[in-house]
Amino acid sequence: MKSRIFIALVLLASCCFLVSRAAAQSGGELRFSLKSEPKTFDPLLADDDSSETVRYLTSASLIRLNRQTQMVQPELATSWKVSSNGQSIAFELRKGVLFSDGTPFTADDVAFTMRKLMDPNLHSPFADPFRSATGNIKITVKNPASILLQFPAPVADLEQLFDGVPMLSAKSPHSDTAGLGPFIVAEYKAGSYVLLKRNANYWKRDAGGRPLPYLDSVRLDIQQNRDLEILRFRRGETQLINTLEADNYDRLAADMPAAVHDAGPSFDTEQMWFNQVASAPIPDYKKAWFRSQNFRRAVSQAINRADMCRIAFNGHARPAAGLLSPANHFWFNQNLHAEEIDVAGALKRLATDGFHLDKNVLRDRDGHAVEFSIITNAGNKVRERLAVLMQDDLSKIGIHLNVVTLDFPSLIERISHSFNYEACLLGLVNVDLDPSTQMNVWLSSADNHAWNPEQKSPATPWEAEIDRLMRAQASATDNKKRKEYFDQVQQIVADQAPFIYLVNKNALSAISPNVHNAAPVALRPQTYWNIDSLYLTSTNTSASARP
Amino acid sequence: MNRVRRLAVILLIATFTAVLFADFVAPAPYAKQFREAPNAAPSGKHLLGTDDLGRDSFSRLLYGSRVSLLLAPAAALLSTLIAACIGGLAGYLGGRFERLALAATDLSLSLPWLFLLLTVRALLPLNVSPLASVTITFALLGALGWSSSGRIICSGARAIRQSDFVLQAQSLGISPYRLLLRQILPNLEPVLAAQFWTSIPIFIIAEANLGILGLGVAEPLPSWGNLLRGLENWPEVKASPWKLAPILMLVAVVSCFQLVFQKREEFAS
Amino acid sequence: MWLRYVPKHIFRLVLTVLLGGLLGATLVRFAPGFGVDERELDSRLNSQSIEAIRQSHSSQHNVLGYYGVYLKGLLRGNLGVSTSLDRPVAQLFAERLPATLRSVAKGVTGGFLFGFLLALPAAMFRWRAYDLLTAVLSGLFLCLPAAVLGLGIVYAGGAASLAIALVVFPRVFQYSRNILAQAAERPYVLAAHARGLHPMRVLLRHVLPNAAPLLFALAGISVSMAFGAAIPIEAICDYPGIGQLTWQAALSRDLPLLVNVTLLITIITLAANSASDLFGKAFARQRI
Repeated sequence: MKSRIFIALVLLASCCFLVSRAAAQSGGELRFSLKSEPKTFDPLLADDDSSETVRYLTSASLIRLNRQTQMVQPELATSWKVSSNGQSIAFELRKGVLFSDGTPFTADDVAFTMRKLMDPNLHSPFADPFRSATGNIKITVKNPASILLQFPAPVADLEQLFDGVPMLSAKSPHSDTAGLGPFIVAEYKAGSYVLLKRNANYWKRDAGGRPLPYLDSVRLDIQQNRDLEILRFRRGETQLINTLEADNYDRLAADMPAAVHDAGPSFDTEQMWFNQVASAPIPDYKKAWFRSQNFRRAVSQAINRADMCRIAFNGHARPAAGLLSPANHFWFNQNLHAEEIDVAGALKRLATDGFHLDKNVLRDRDGHAVEFSIITNAGNKVRERLAVLMQDDLSKIGIHLNVVTLDFPSLIERISHSFNYEACLLGLVNVDLDPSTQMNVWLSSADNHAWNPEQKSPATPWEAEIDRLMRAQASATDNKKRKEYFDQVQQIVADQAPFIYLVNKNALSAISPNVHNAAPVALRPQTYWNIDSLYLTSTNTSASARP
Repeated sequence: MNRVRRLAVILLIATFTAVLFADFVAPAPYAKQFREAPNAAPSGKHLLGTDDLGRDSFSRLLYGSRVSLLLAPAAALLSTLIAACIGGLAGYLGGRFERLALAATDLSLSLPWLFLLLTVRALLPLNVSPLASVTITFALLGALGWSSSGRIICSGARAIRQSDFVLQAQSLGISPYRLLLRQILPNLEPVLAAQFWTSIPIFIIAEANLGILGLGVAEPLPSWGNLLRGLENWPEVKASPWKLAPILMLVAVVSCFQLVFQKREEFAS
Repeated sequence: MWLRYVPKHIFRLVLTVLLGGLLGATLVRFAPGFGVDERELDSRLNSQSIEAIRQSHSSQHNVLGYYGVYLKGLLRGNLGVSTSLDRPVAQLFAERLPATLRSVAKGVTGGFLFGFLLALPAAMFRWRAYDLLTAVLSGLFLCLPAAVLGLGIVYAGGAASLAIALVVFPRVFQYSRNILAQAAERPYVLAAHARGLHPMRVLLRHVLPNAAPLLFALAGISVSMAFGAAIPIEAICDYPGIGQLTWQAALSRDLPLLVNVTLLITIITLAANSASDLFGKAFARQRI
């Protein structure tokens, strides 16, 4: 009798222990901020930051790019085979997967999603990279667990593109809200927050067989003001800040050193470029300056990138070597180095083009004083600092730089429609690793060829060479060969400097110590890429009313 | 003159002298970046420390005052004159003119003038000098800022028009022009004065807010407006209280102006 | 007399409102950056997609045509669809208008009362110390940008209405002090004082009625001031009201949203000023 009571007590104790362990590892609501209102909840059209966050948390794709290893891994597809010509891909799908509303996931859903994606009227940034040529996709459903997709032309880096394609349900009546992701949208209060609840039918399990995600819910508060975001993080009202600015990083690090994380160089670049459009409404002598390689390289040499990293970013940045950041392990050309400051060298380069210094004013061959304006978007403190630092640097070689800050729509109009600008300073956010996603930047005929878009034929021999190399890497199937081509592109860009790359800022984030399993990385989304494995140790009881 | 007023006069004269002779008083050029000491605390070398790019804050305050102290009162004068004309005439003439003027005032209060300012900026060449762009900005602010007091002035003018002494003056045959100048406008002076004095800081701040859209003063020229915007980060201000210097100086100057000039009318009446 | 006056007055108001909407639409349409979309800078989109995005704004290029279509929709209760948020404007207004109206109402009432009550002693009694103190106090809040004030209030845990009140009160104080001082200096008021009448009686019977038309005009203007302040305050403080919506709409040149907001603000301004006019005229008539 006593032994039975003893066994019962032991069982009870171990149950309590297990339950408490489980409780510690599950439950809780993770809260962080969105910078703006999500523009859409349609996963195929979600291309602004906030919509993409909601999409990432509520949907799943066939193949997932592991943000930490930068390698692809199976997700909804257990295996796949890309044909040798890069034109088709066959998937074996995971069995037993259910949508959040209980309907089973089969190859029909994949077919439905791909057909919707390849609709020419969709205009989605996730669909366009698949359209390497006109023509329709051919979809063959062999059985509910395998599917073959055939594209009209080879698609570069086919498998990585699937990371951005969320699988939609063909049968479910709410095909836009029945998702395969770890969470589902439960509540949306416009202007305030989006509440996501745990998807009970989520197919992923942890190593011990426990269903993921550990968290009960995720609350995304819509907060535009960065300073208020920091305040709420300090108060414990939010547990995550996905991207932190350098100033705020240092302020937080002073009081909460365990909460801040610096994941090294990010994939983002800050760069400036000169307007090389032939029909631009700027004086001809300025067009001649901007078209001169020596002029561009001299300007690049006169800029003190080390000071920019130290002063504008408080040291949380590195001088940029070229169009890719070293964080992109595979594709970055290791032979490239950031341009060192060299005022004497810059003046020598300018002298070969006929420029001369006349009483601290640089003049060209015809005596025009070198003066030009640089436009940048207003409201970005760091970028404004970069512009003023550049203004000071260039004054040392006699160039008078006018810094003009404009609101974003005016800026876009000038650089894309009217071409009424001389130089521009902007930052580029890279979400993808593969250079094929940048085809529309490097092809001279493309819209985003910022310094001279939509050319009928390449204006310069080096742009023609870049066109050739980009097309070659897009049609090659062996990644090593593609890297060789793209390394050459990077070298040409470094030599010709159509974009003068300034810095690669670091991926800074803040994560409350209450959040476990977090592993911040440089690739977006930096802090919650593994949201299904995150858990909180103490529930958020200190949440005070929102101001 | 009482003690307070004397002190105010002295402060104003000292400020204006320092600002006018900024070239001699300022320890460093306002654009010079002391890159080894960004965000420095006050010291012998930098009386108010340095800003985030290492530029001497005291020098920037002096030069910024020059721009704002010259242009904001000029813009305020412009808006007060327009308000006096439109409001005064509307109240004095009454009838259809008054209705039209009041409708124009109401529309002027409701329309999104921001877009007009953006359009003007777009029409200006990109390489316009910072001084030219800020002068144009203040001129526009002056031309658009009359509406807030237009109605009050119209009300006042109407009340005077209907008052006894004006009826008496009219019956005596005094010309309307003389009536307007000698009787009506002086009676509107208190409201016009309020318009003028409140407009100065309002325009200074408006110039700062327009900086968000690329109007206003261009770098590296400082202005009180963009110095004030640095206050938006409260934790930083708490940690470095010397950053409050611009707003303290602005409040002091504005208060001094009022103490010196507004007292006079009490003795005049 | 009233029966003839009211319909004519309302007709004039409606005409002014419609004109305001058209002018607002014109200002937005011809501003730089109209019809431009941030998505054009997305390097993943191909030329056809970018072209399609550019074409999507073509219906708004002709202002008069667009305004005509909008008015027709308005008669049926359709306020249009916001281009930046892709949602019906009526829905957005229903969500956000109550919050803004509440904070503006509280802010303007609080600000006006505070400014007025602060001005009364300054005008009636000439205490030098009080003058100095109120001059510095109102000067301080006049010199603080609305954004700085709003953020400070948020850090202190206050509400947006408090920030609006603090923006409104210094201007109300300056104007009402001058108006009341002028009214208090009238010869018959001085005479009343000389006759030994109680200051309160002088205030209520002579000073206030004299100043009433101007004070009512000031009250009407305060409403516009409060709305003007609400926009940057709500934008900076992330307060989910019409102000924040307007700011975002301005930055993305969202014409449908901006036309509706302009109409709304015009209606409120006209209503406030008409009411103040009515009260002012009533008082003036009483005096004579």
